[in-house]
Order: sequence, then structure tokens, then C-alpha cells
Amino acid sequence: MTDTDIKIKEAPAGYEGPGFFATTLDKAVGYARSHSIWPLPFATSCCGIEFMATMSPHYDLGRFGAERLSFSPRQADLLMVMGTIAKKMGPVLRHVYEQMAEPRWVLSMGACASSGGIFDTYSVLQGIDKIIPVDVYIPGCPPRPEQVIEGIMKIQDLIRSESLRRRSSPEYKQLMAGYGIE
Amino acid sequence: MTHQEITDKLSAAFGEDIIEAVVSYDMLTIIISAEKNLEVLLFLRDDKDLNFHFLTDLCGIHYPFNADNELGVVYHLHSMVANIRIRVKAFFPSKDPVIRSATGLWLSAGWMERETFDFYGILFENHPDLRRILNVDDMDYYPMLKQYPLEDGTREDKDDAMFGR
Repeated sequence: MTDTDIKIKEAPAGYEGPGFFATTLDKAVGYARSHSIWPLPFATSCCGIEFMATMSPHYDLGRFGAERLSFSPRQADLLMVMGTIAKKMGPVLRHVYEQMAEPRWVLSMGACASSGGIFDTYSVLQGIDKIIPVDVYIPGCPPRPEQVIEGIMKIQDLIRSESLRRRSSPEYKQLMAGYGIE
Repeated sequence: MTHQEITDKLSAAFGEDIIEAVVSYDMLTIIISAEKNLEVLLFLRDDKDLNFHFLTDLCGIHYPFNADNELGVVYHLHSMVANIRIRVKAFFPSKDPVIRSATGLWLSAGWMERETFDFYGILFENHPDLRRILNVDDMDYYPMLKQYPLEDGTREDKDDAMFGR
């Protein structure tokens, strides 16, 4: 057998002994959640094409536990907004976000979703953070698949470091109230 | 059928209401008075020789410095038998942006007139369902009119000094 170069993800901090491992529930659940993200692709333009490349075997987002895309918001953990969002699409996007169950994260991919991009015009929403809260922004027009993977890894960091019920925290409640979302 | 023949035929039938006929980019453009738009279009459609049966496109246009003729509607017609395309334009003042709807002649005018209303605020009389089609329903202005800026007012990340604005 030849030497392989497989990297095993490090376990969360905890106490280890012969035959047992102990850590906090937060860390164990965060660890599990971060490697089983079900993303909902909200792809409206060219960033969506880059995302397809990211999902395909060459870049393979499945290595990060996110190969199962969810096309129902009710089953999704991560809303990936990729592409120009017209103002008429805004309420639809918000509706999709509101249907997602907690815990939920949002990733804004590319210049258009993050700021409106080159479309500084009356018909385009100037950044999705005008209507829904965003956790991670990926810059680029469009971003390369490596950047998308970096963005997913940032989301994973967030998931691992957050408390088990982040929706109970006053900051989160204040954020949601700021967007008028119950 | 030449451009001259089409122009002559229309002038014989409508006289003063055919204001101008010019050929631009090899395409005959006829400017008519807005009051007679349906009569001229019906004539173009149903005349045996002209036979402009197909409404290719319908759109609006805004020339803010043409006093009393600021707004216009442009009809693109296609005679498939003779394979000739023409443009028909009708202008009217922006104070009273009303013109009769062509939906009675072509059903396909319905959505195109809604779009023209959506972007220019042109009111089409007798249109069956004249409401916004592409823009958000609660938009309170007509964005293609030239007095309104193209840029969105809510943009935050552009530093005017760096973009020459």
C-alpha cells in the first residue's frame, strides 16, 4: 500500500482517554452541523455557473459535507444567493429565507448579490443585505470556485463557533428585529 | 413593393395625417399623427398589397426637448408576404400621454403596451389590463423618462470622487 495524503479533520477540544472522548454538547453539535450543511442554491446568473463548477467533481463541495443540495427551503441550512437580485425578486428571496428553519445561514456570492455590482440601476436590489441578514460575503465577479469553497469554510467556522441555540441570543433577536423578521 | 409605393399609398389614403416618411438604415420610417394611429395601422394590416400582418414590436420613446411631442410610440410592422419591415411612429405631448390601444388589431400588443406604460407612463385607451408588467408593483414613477436618474439612490459602496460623479 502506498502512502496516501488524506487529511483527517481534527476533533473538537475535549478530554480523551482510552475508549472515551468527552467534550461539550455545543462543540459536538457544531462539529456535526458544520460537516452536514444542506445548501439551498438561489442562483440567478453567472455566479450560479461558477457554483455548478464548485459542485462538480473537479472542486467537489462534497468533500466539505455539502454535496446534498436542498431545493426546498424547509430542509435547507444554508441559503446561497448567487447572482443579480432584481427588486422584483427581493420579496421572493425574503420569502424563501423566512421559510428556512433555524439554525440558518446566508452566504452572498459575488458582487451583484453583495452590493448590486455593476448594476447600479433602478431595477436592481443594491445588495441582498437590504432585505435579509448575511453571514458571509464572497467578493468577485464571478468568484472562482476556490473562493466559494473558502466562503463555505468560513460558514463552517461560524457554525462551529456559535452556541447551540443562537436564535435565543439577544444579538440574534435584535438582528432579526432589524430586518422585521419574526 | 418599394418604399416610395408604400409612402404614396399611405399619403393618398390619409393625406395630412402622414407627417413624414424617411428611410433610415434601409428601413422606411413613417411618422403619423397620434389621433389616427389605429386607422393607419388597420390600413397597413388589411390592404391587399401592403399586408403588414405581423406586429414585430411596440415600444415607447422620450425626447424631452421636442416641445409638445415629447413622447412617442413606435410600431414595428412586418409584411411576411413581401418581406418588408417598416416603422410607424406617433408622437404626442407628455402632458397628455394618451393614445388608443392597438390590442383590437393585434392581441400581441397587450403585453408590449403594458411594458410601454410601465416604463414611460403612456396610457393606452381601451387596453384590457393596463398595469405594470416588469417593474415592482409599488414603483411610483416611470423609470425610462429622462428626468429620472438611471442609478439607484440606495447605493452605498460607490465613492463619488472615485467614479467621477
